[in-house]
Amino acid sequence: MQIELRILRFDPERDARPHWESYDVEADPKLDRVLDLLHRVKYELDGSLTFRRSCGHGICGSDALLINGRNRLACKERIEKLGRRISIAPLPGLPVVKDLVVDMEGFFSSYRSVMPFLVNEGPVPAGERRQSAADRARYDDTTKCILCAACTTSCPSFWANEGYVGPAAIVNAHRFIFDTRDEAAEERLEILAGDDGVWRCRTIFNCTDACPRGIHITQAILEVSSAIVERRT
Amino acid sequence: MLFRYRGGEGMLAWAFHRISGVAIWAFVVLHVIDIYLVGGNPEAYDELLAIYASPIGRVLEALLGAALLYHALNGLRIIVMDFWPPLTRYHRQLWYLCWLIFVVVGLPVAWIVLKPIWEGVPT
Repeated sequence: MQIELRILRFDPERDARPHWESYDVEADPKLDRVLDLLHRVKYELDGSLTFRRSCGHGICGSDALLINGRNRLACKERIEKLGRRISIAPLPGLPVVKDLVVDMEGFFSSYRSVMPFLVNEGPVPAGERRQSAADRARYDDTTKCILCAACTTSCPSFWANEGYVGPAAIVNAHRFIFDTRDEAAEERLEILAGDDGVWRCRTIFNCTDACPRGIHITQAILEVSSAIVERRT
Repeated sequence: MLFRYRGGEGMLAWAFHRISGVAIWAFVVLHVIDIYLVGGNPEAYDELLAIYASPIGRVLEALLGAALLYHALNGLRIIVMDFWPPLTRYHRQLWYLCWLIFVVVGLPVAWIVLKPIWEGVPT
């Protein structure tokens, strides 16, 4: 099956602004995914095409792209459901470094701002810090994040205000806020109660739809909002 | 990006919420002006009321009702999800429910508002 692949290209050393380029590539709709086509272009048609990828199996989160108008992982998105004309652009809302590669520093800076690590000042136990199955289940969904940025960069609130920490940072805060072993929930809630925290969410659901791990992101954001409100009452 | 991103029902619900919100705000501004005219310039107020009662005025009135109804229903949808976050898993169904109520409530209201256009009865 012949596919017309339209890719938004940008070389900062040559181009004043991004432009679309088309490539005709052969694809097996039953087997191929978008990443296979990007490889075909790079290996056979244009070696200068630049994009990120690592594991190629939906685990590392390196190859999130805007595919046919939606944020998706190139390695998970099957050709079968995309049609004969596929458009690929870098993740929206982040500065483009080259072609499909975006500068993720702002994204990771927001991630780091919510203290995404276990905080426990108590004495170190001899064994594990034990937790019931029910307590573990409370934040199970938000442990699945692979930091691909598909959610944050699909959010119109983030496009309008890049200071907004974004869905991914809130998801990772949620993972620790509701962890019974953690002691820094108050600090995280204080950070997320600020101007660039959870209140910028407009329940648009693009993040939930874009998440390649199926995390119920909007639910997590609203649970954090509720925790902030309950803390104040 | 707003027009390039192909969001789903959630994004449409939000976009309509914003558009209807701006429309309601514009009406509130207009309403403040027309109420001011009651005391400030009664003749101009009467003329404005005649425009409201004209066919175009009635269509605009029906659109205002639609904006108010949608904004209220979708607002309730958001409030319900705010209070019970697990309901976000059914946000699409809740949006369809909003549209069902919108049609059931909105059509009779639109009929009542627009009827004088073809019946020619000034009200």
